[in-house]
Amino acid sequence: MQSSVVTTLEGNEAVAYTAYRLNEVCAIYPITPSSTMAELADQWAAEGKPNIWGNIPLVVEMQSEGGAAGAAHGALQTGALTTTFTASQGLLLMIPNMYKIAGELTPAVFHVAARSLAAQGLSIFGDHSDVAAVRNTGFAQLASSTVQEAHDMALLAQATSLEARVPFVHFFDGFRTSHEVNKLTLIADEHMRAMIDPALVRQHRARGLNPDNPFIRGTAQNPDVYFQARETVNPFYAQLPAILQERMDAFAALTGRSYHLFDYYGAADAERVVVIMGSAAQTCRETVAYLQRQGEKCGVVNVRLCLPFSAEHFLAALPASVKAIAVLDRTKLPGSTGEPLYTDVVTVIAEAQANGSLPGGSMPRVTGGRYGLSSKEFTPAMARAVFDELRAAAPKNHFTVGINDDVSHTSLDYDPAFDIEPDDVMRSLFIGLGADGTVGANKNSIKIIGESTPLHAQGYFVYDSKKSGSQTVSHMRFGPNPINSPYLIRSAGFIGCHQFNFIEKMDVLESARQGAILLLNSPYGADEVWDHLPRSAQQQIIDKQIQLYVIDASSVARETGMGGRTNTIMQTCFFAISGVLAREEAISKIKESIRKTYGKKGDEVVQKNFAAVDQTLANLHRVEIPRQADSSIEIPPVVSHEAPEFVQRVTAAMMAGKGDQLPVSALPIDGTYPSGTTRWEKRNIAAFVPVWEPDICIQCGNCSFVCPHSVIRGKFYPEALLASAPEGFQSAAINGRGFPDTRYTLQVYVEDCTGCGLCVEVCPAKSLQQSGVKAINMKPKEAILAPGRQSVGFFEQIPVNDRSQVDFSSVRGTQFLEPLFEFSGACAGCGETPYVRLLSQLFGDRAVIANATGCSSIYGGNLPSTPWTSNGEGRGPAWSNSLFEDNAEFGLGFRLSADQHLEMARQLAQELKGQLEPALVDEILDAPQIAESEIRAQRLRVAQLKAALMKLDSEKARDLLSVVDHLVRRSVWIVGGDGWAYDIGSSGLDHVLASGRNINVLVLDTEVYSNTGGQMSKATPLGAVAKFAAAGKPVAKKDLGLQVISYGNVYVARVAMGANPQQTLLALREAEAYPGPSLVLAYSHCIAHGINMQHGLRQQDLAVASGHWPLIRYNPALRQADKNPFVLDSPRPTVKLKDYALNELRYKMLSRTHPAESEHLMGLAQQVVDQKWDIYEEMASRSGSHFHPDAAVKL
Amino acid sequence: MDLTTTYMGLNLKHPVVASASPLSGTLEGMKRLEDGGVAAIVMFSLFEEQIRHDNEAFSHLMESGTQSFAESLSYFPQTDAYDVGPDSYLELVRRAAEDLGIPVIASLNCVTSEGWVQYARQLQEAGAAGLELNIYGVHADLELSGEQVEQGYIDILKTVKSNVAIPVALKLSAFFTAMGHFAKRLDAAGADALVLFNRFFQPDIDINELEVQPTLPLSSAGEIRAPLLWIALLHGHLKASLGATRGVEDSDEVIKYLLAGADVVMTTSALLRNGPDYATRMVEGLRQWMEGRGFESVGQMRGAMSHRNVANPRAFERANYLRVLESFKSQYR
Repeated sequence: MQSSVVTTLEGNEAVAYTAYRLNEVCAIYPITPSSTMAELADQWAAEGKPNIWGNIPLVVEMQSEGGAAGAAHGALQTGALTTTFTASQGLLLMIPNMYKIAGELTPAVFHVAARSLAAQGLSIFGDHSDVAAVRNTGFAQLASSTVQEAHDMALLAQATSLEARVPFVHFFDGFRTSHEVNKLTLIADEHMRAMIDPALVRQHRARGLNPDNPFIRGTAQNPDVYFQARETVNPFYAQLPAILQERMDAFAALTGRSYHLFDYYGAADAERVVVIMGSAAQTCRETVAYLQRQGEKCGVVNVRLCLPFSAEHFLAALPASVKAIAVLDRTKLPGSTGEPLYTDVVTVIAEAQANGSLPGGSMPRVTGGRYGLSSKEFTPAMARAVFDELRAAAPKNHFTVGINDDVSHTSLDYDPAFDIEPDDVMRSLFIGLGADGTVGANKNSIKIIGESTPLHAQGYFVYDSKKSGSQTVSHMRFGPNPINSPYLIRSAGFIGCHQFNFIEKMDVLESARQGAILLLNSPYGADEVWDHLPRSAQQQIIDKQIQLYVIDASSVARETGMGGRTNTIMQTCFFAISGVLAREEAISKIKESIRKTYGKKGDEVVQKNFAAVDQTLANLHRVEIPRQADSSIEIPPVVSHEAPEFVQRVTAAMMAGKGDQLPVSALPIDGTYPSGTTRWEKRNIAAFVPVWEPDICIQCGNCSFVCPHSVIRGKFYPEALLASAPEGFQSAAINGRGFPDTRYTLQVYVEDCTGCGLCVEVCPAKSLQQSGVKAINMKPKEAILAPGRQSVGFFEQIPVNDRSQVDFSSVRGTQFLEPLFEFSGACAGCGETPYVRLLSQLFGDRAVIANATGCSSIYGGNLPSTPWTSNGEGRGPAWSNSLFEDNAEFGLGFRLSADQHLEMARQLAQELKGQLEPALVDEILDAPQIAESEIRAQRLRVAQLKAALMKLDSEKARDLLSVVDHLVRRSVWIVGGDGWAYDIGSSGLDHVLASGRNINVLVLDTEVYSNTGGQMSKATPLGAVAKFAAAGKPVAKKDLGLQVISYGNVYVARVAMGANPQQTLLALREAEAYPGPSLVLAYSHCIAHGINMQHGLRQQDLAVASGHWPLIRYNPALRQADKNPFVLDSPRPTVKLKDYALNELRYKMLSRTHPAESEHLMGLAQQVVDQKWDIYEEMASRSGSHFHPDAAVKL
Repeated sequence: MDLTTTYMGLNLKHPVVASASPLSGTLEGMKRLEDGGVAAIVMFSLFEEQIRHDNEAFSHLMESGTQSFAESLSYFPQTDAYDVGPDSYLELVRRAAEDLGIPVIASLNCVTSEGWVQYARQLQEAGAAGLELNIYGVHADLELSGEQVEQGYIDILKTVKSNVAIPVALKLSAFFTAMGHFAKRLDAAGADALVLFNRFFQPDIDINELEVQPTLPLSSAGEIRAPLLWIALLHGHLKASLGATRGVEDSDEVIKYLLAGADVVMTTSALLRNGPDYATRMVEGLRQWMEGRGFESVGQMRGAMSHRNVANPRAFERANYLRVLESFKSQYR
């Protein structure tokens, strides 16, 4: 590699680049926002890229971060240079091993994209809570504040660790640094070699366990020596700061980039100083530079080595003139005397004062504050507020900045309009859809500008909380000097609005500065667009003298074969208008980049992009701006005025992107949020929605059964209700005997539909006369939006069908059960949510659900809105997410509470029987509760009991009231994906299933870690490609079903809705009715399979038809009746595995990257399928006595 | 007995050739064909449109759902080290050319002139002994004249011929108004062989589902008639070799085609139905028939029943049609 290569990279890649080159083993596990580092390491290893010693590092995915730390510990103990990459909960799972690794004085570096910890809610975003939580482990902690620094510090940590024998956590801000794209200079391999002393590497190896030189390490120690032994390490920590500084100096000599343990920026005679670490140090540095120009005496200490905290180096960095210090921590320690950096500084200052070593002699006032939790913005305005506060005679201590704390009044006021960004930086915002490729194009623009011009470039990307129809905002800066502004753009000179409907529903121009350019993708031309803009947008355009350009990029994309991807077109417009580069130069560079990006994907893709670029300029027009805003269009309210107060006040603010402005008092204190708020969202993200044809429909309910977003619902009702129906409301005579004068309606919730088309694919009813017309067909939404909205309004007024009158045993019947999971943020066409919705329909009104972290916890519980909802009686699923790894145990806890409280209720009812109606109590205690009618009857009895208890004035009566709901059978569900069930939660799941308790487990098996972006799990099939299995997974999928069947007393089913919906329904009902543990494995097609999601159900069908996913049910209840408990529900395979598999990119990719290996693995996979089928067939043909009986469950 | 023949300049040990089929989709399949006794293999067609479609699908699926959600900004390993376009086909040609002792003729179907040129060159470089251009399409454009369609074929042929040195065959549809004239034009334009005929895409309609069914059943012996007629008519009039295809069930059809004037006889259906070894049985059947008739070489029997050599040439022309009518009448008199 050559010296001084300048490139543009994301923070994660910049770190991984260094870490990969300096290690021999990487033990990895995916967790946001660090996953990219592990993915790249795995990919580079698969591509055969060597480290600086010419070896290809071994990269091994483990089952959890705990496993990764264990494997790292083992590799380190046997002498390999080893690293891992993690964040947040992952780092917490590593804690036990971290103590060991540090206690054994082992050189190693763990690279952490620092992230919040799950407390009142999970957050994937950045702060220092995770690294603060591992301060006690004995790892040194080194912070980076920019992408370049993160790249460099990864080396400095490694070099120092080898010499000091103290392991390091090297951290940088999750997302803000890990995902920022910036220009940087790569460290040359020869410089890396120069920094790493090979003798130290050999010493590390020599300390490894070796039977040729045996010793033991890892003894158990007793009170006589443990304490002394613990103190032996002190000299190593004492000398570490000096070693690191020496390495930093050596690095500076090699590269010209100079670092110190504490870097001070600002006035030599500063009186007010902020102490801070991470990216926000850059914000402070910029602010200090500005304030200095205003004559203010202030400065900032950027802390790099925060542990061990070197008092000597800190005091040396601090100007002697300092009178007031504010220490800012990006974490929170509730109830503490202050956050870690603050307490360190206070201690150092106080000790220095006490022993007379304080420079300047007089004790400065030290205050501490919190900022930036969960990537909360930290802007120059906030930094200034901190400096201003330090002027006060008694500055606020233990303050917060960046929020409005109207509860504890900790927050500092700041002026949001304060803007110090230099004029020579071009600031641009691009608002797009995930699907239109805006982010990809912008990353590409950064590469173009950053790598082929002397300009510097920075990009940061903000994503939506939804997985379908998600909005992205790209914040891009370009300028002649390095750009390290780690905060969002508030004042943009260029705004690209890549979808016209954004300007119709949100304030796109809020961040436009005076004279800014607005580029609008508009179906309306330059002459007519003005009349289609909301009045507020018109007014801002006039007031801010905005230059408006329009292009119908969607048409250009369609005409040039680009489909919905307008990215190249809008990118070309940006270069054409913004002037960041000369137009011709820009276009030639765009084309060069297209060739580079898409060249391998085939010339046709390149040519299409070229055509799009060429067509762009001819279709780009500037709009003459009238003098007056005359539009009657107003931006509609975010939610309906009918929404509950909390939704209007809090949820709507989050939906509108104004959540930052909510005060502390607005938010629930303990993470409790109301259910059922997605219904107010009305996202309107689909261009095409299903339209029902009542005359063709056979009312089978298939469409409703598979709908991932619960937007297709059926009701039957007396015909008389139609008297008040709005015009166009559709209905048909109910297709069934015994229902005279009864109508049926299949209602599509057009505003909530994502347009996936699964309903149309599954519809079996075709027109008898018109080819291609089914009972449900996709049609453009615009024309039917208004009547559709009216129809939904009327449909909602029709009473929900009585559950006791619905046939639960048929797919047709389930369409009449109210979904209590609706309008989630899952991907369009999601393969998981139909199962989740079905669960909510069948058992939701008495279900309590433990949900593992993953896709289902995100579409199920990611704010602002919540899809889990309640019925007209106010009942619905009670849902919670604890963690990723503990979900089975968490759910078992629900069962234990329920069992305990049920027993308590039964006992109290017996005790109070004399004061109540004894027959009622007996009925309640003896009631069967399997069929829905039985449960309805029990509900009525319990209601009677409640009424009677209310009249009793006794402690016992009040106690019984507090647990009386348990007398209606509670349905405990444990829901999660395969990453949880097969990997990280595997041992917990195993234990819980072996408990014999009445819990129901639903595994939404996508055969890959979907939520974190497609990493291999043990559910990933043989031959499929995934991240961490770039060369195809060489091991067959774990047969969790067979493993669990071996317990004998666990109900097990494997289902695939797309292959046999009736079997799915039957299995879920049997599982729930079985009074012991149940496991349902549900095939869930997924966007991570690389399929057209519209064909997801067809792939499910093929998965079953090929024998990859045999449908089974193992019902211990049958065994107790001396029958064979194992039922094989699918017929013998009728298609070859490859006829199913090669429709999916996850398999097909391998046939392109490693054709021979693909063929080989596909052959093996076919053998596995064949052998598995033989086993299943044999099991299905046994008699019941060939399965062992169990005593655990009494039926 | 001399069973050798020359087809588009390639010397073959006998005239039975495997035409494009799934059997030639793998190296193993092609080895089985060679072991089964065919004299040459025409590989399954490389379809430019398919490659374009696959590339677009690949690219689309790689990007689908990416850069949308902060936790899952992509779903697959980001690698550039994958095959695109004809890479796997070319690799197959390369390995077949190295491993097989019989000529391997690549088959190509393109939709753009760049495609014809690029892929033809690549196939030559990969070691194909010859190229068969499988020009194929339903000319659904009602403005397109027969002359334009023919000229399109000529242009493609000339383009490919000017870019490769290996022999080039054209596989033709039976649906040309003046097949003989057109064949002469192709011959003049440099075709090294004409293969008569490909199977015209004729979809069915499913009356239950109201859907078009694009099925293509295996050919049957009855389909021999159209190629047989035109081979008989063209034999002796062209420099180009004549390849016969369609309706070859057994050695009888091989014999008929050779008698009509074919240089090689190609079969897919018989090998798919009966296995690759069936080629040997067909050749054996040919040998026995020749022995029974006293033919000493394929060259001797080739064209013995062609339009030029047959006792009653008019039987291949209108008389053929008249006789059918006559027999029809007599049946119901």
